[in-house]
Amino acid sequence: MDTKDLMLDPKHESMSRDEMAVLQGQKLVKTVKRCYDNVPFYHDKMKDMGLEPGDIRNIEDIRKLPFTTKEDLRNNYPFGLCAVPRSEIVRLQGTSGTTGKLTIVPYTQHDVDVWAESAGRCLTMAGLTKEDIIHVCYGYGLFTGGLGADFAANRIGATVVPMSAGNTARQIMCMEDFGATALACTPSYALYLAESIAEAGKVDAMKLKVGIHGAEPWTEEMRRKIEEILHIECFDIYGLCEITGPGVAMDCRYHNGLHINHDFFYPEVLDPVTYEPMEDGELGELVFTTLEKEGMPLLRYRTKDLTSIDHSTCACGRTTPRISKFKGRTDDMKVIRGVNVFPTQVETILLSIGGNISNHYQMIVDRVNNSDTLTVMVEVNDNVFSDEMGKLDGLKRSVEAKLKQALGISVDVKLVEPKTIQRSEGKAKRVIDKRNLV
Amino acid sequence: MKIKQLSVFLENRKGRLSEVLGILAENKVNIVAISLADTSDYGMLRMIVSDPYKGCNVLREQGMQAMLTDVIGIRVPHATGSLYHAMELLMEKNVNVEYMYAFANGEDASAILKTKDIDEAILALQEGGFDVWREEEAYHANL
Repeated sequence: MDTKDLMLDPKHESMSRDEMAVLQGQKLVKTVKRCYDNVPFYHDKMKDMGLEPGDIRNIEDIRKLPFTTKEDLRNNYPFGLCAVPRSEIVRLQGTSGTTGKLTIVPYTQHDVDVWAESAGRCLTMAGLTKEDIIHVCYGYGLFTGGLGADFAANRIGATVVPMSAGNTARQIMCMEDFGATALACTPSYALYLAESIAEAGKVDAMKLKVGIHGAEPWTEEMRRKIEEILHIECFDIYGLCEITGPGVAMDCRYHNGLHINHDFFYPEVLDPVTYEPMEDGELGELVFTTLEKEGMPLLRYRTKDLTSIDHSTCACGRTTPRISKFKGRTDDMKVIRGVNVFPTQVETILLSIGGNISNHYQMIVDRVNNSDTLTVMVEVNDNVFSDEMGKLDGLKRSVEAKLKQALGISVDVKLVEPKTIQRSEGKAKRVIDKRNLV
Repeated sequence: MKIKQLSVFLENRKGRLSEVLGILAENKVNIVAISLADTSDYGMLRMIVSDPYKGCNVLREQGMQAMLTDVIGIRVPHATGSLYHAMELLMEKNVNVEYMYAFANGEDASAILKTKDIDEAILALQEGGFDVWREEEAYHANL
């Protein structure tokens, strides 16, 4: 099969970088003008910065623009950032933020079409066509998961089975009876469903070939497990309601990062402290600017998600940049002796030591004599325990050396007894900052 | 002639040592010999006990990091230079001792030593006239 057969919009998905930059620049100019003219929040912010819409001429100028945060959305709840008259709004979507107020996003018909287009590209990327039957058990409602998958399936002409979540026995019956070829749901539910299908002895009765999973973080191990049980290929779809629902990005069949539909959503990966752009492959905060949105256009929205970006052309033929699986949140980042340190960096190092060392660890940041210290507690598991203290000290020193090399600051490794690092709901509290900087 | 030593990793935390000893006592595991080495971060408890397998299991069930290690136990007569003599025998065979600790044992004293070349060490010590503990003796010494 030609790789272009797996593109819904080959022109934009494989456009040269230069051509794309011109297109993105044109769209950015329009978006900035729309924000300045119609959203008091952006108007005031730009005025304060001495910035006028005319100062933004191409995509490189994006760096002059102000940022938008989740807090800005909350402060302008519910319609403060809306850039069109209410009569133009055809749909409200959102999330129930865990910290209280809802995040509400108004969509015009064009916004819904762009959402369907980008999510439709994702389904096509997974090899799905109008011949497919897509079983959707994402929730339908304010949450964008269910409707996003629904719009995407409509866009490519596939058959949608809008199940929503719950009642596993009925889900399995419908999948079998209707001959679902694709399953769209959260990865944790997919795994639960897969195990239930296997338990019921129904794996061979299924016609499933593809799983489209997102809306929560998941590991490669989960992906392998779902694929093994159901004999399907799983894809990682990404979206956030502030930008649009699922369909902002997804991995292709080469599973080498998530392709961002960057003609709609312009990504930047920035240093969370200095806001300087990171090089390809370097970890930073993902920041999005919407390039087509009418209802609630957002300039440089800080997702707080940590990722790295790869602009090279993918083996699938797409030129759209790819982001890595998320490596955590900027909230977890610590600045230690002026160096940005992410818990995931520590985790990566511990894992790279070769499965011999426990990946349960805890970072303790403290300040001693006006100097920051980082202590990493590592559990002594069966693989590394020895009755010879020389060996334990050797382990401690080698982990210290590797961490120092990777993080750029010296680290004190402390060996602790197994299972003494606090775990809550299977997840350990990774960082304790004892510095009193107030 | 190898005997099993129970080795336990101990974080430097208040009460941790007594917890370990408490678990062994509750399970009627008797301690024949004990040595505690420490660093600024953690300690290493090494013991010869009446039932090393049971001791190891009960500690692990309580979440402690414990393991069994092969070591050698020798009787060292209360005579000046006898330990020195034992070490000389090992040195002649190029056997390196990782660590050693001693305990009183009736008329004599005894030493527990750990080396990589355990078989060679046993042979050298026996040929040199040292009494090397057998398992069933060692676990019940002083009882």
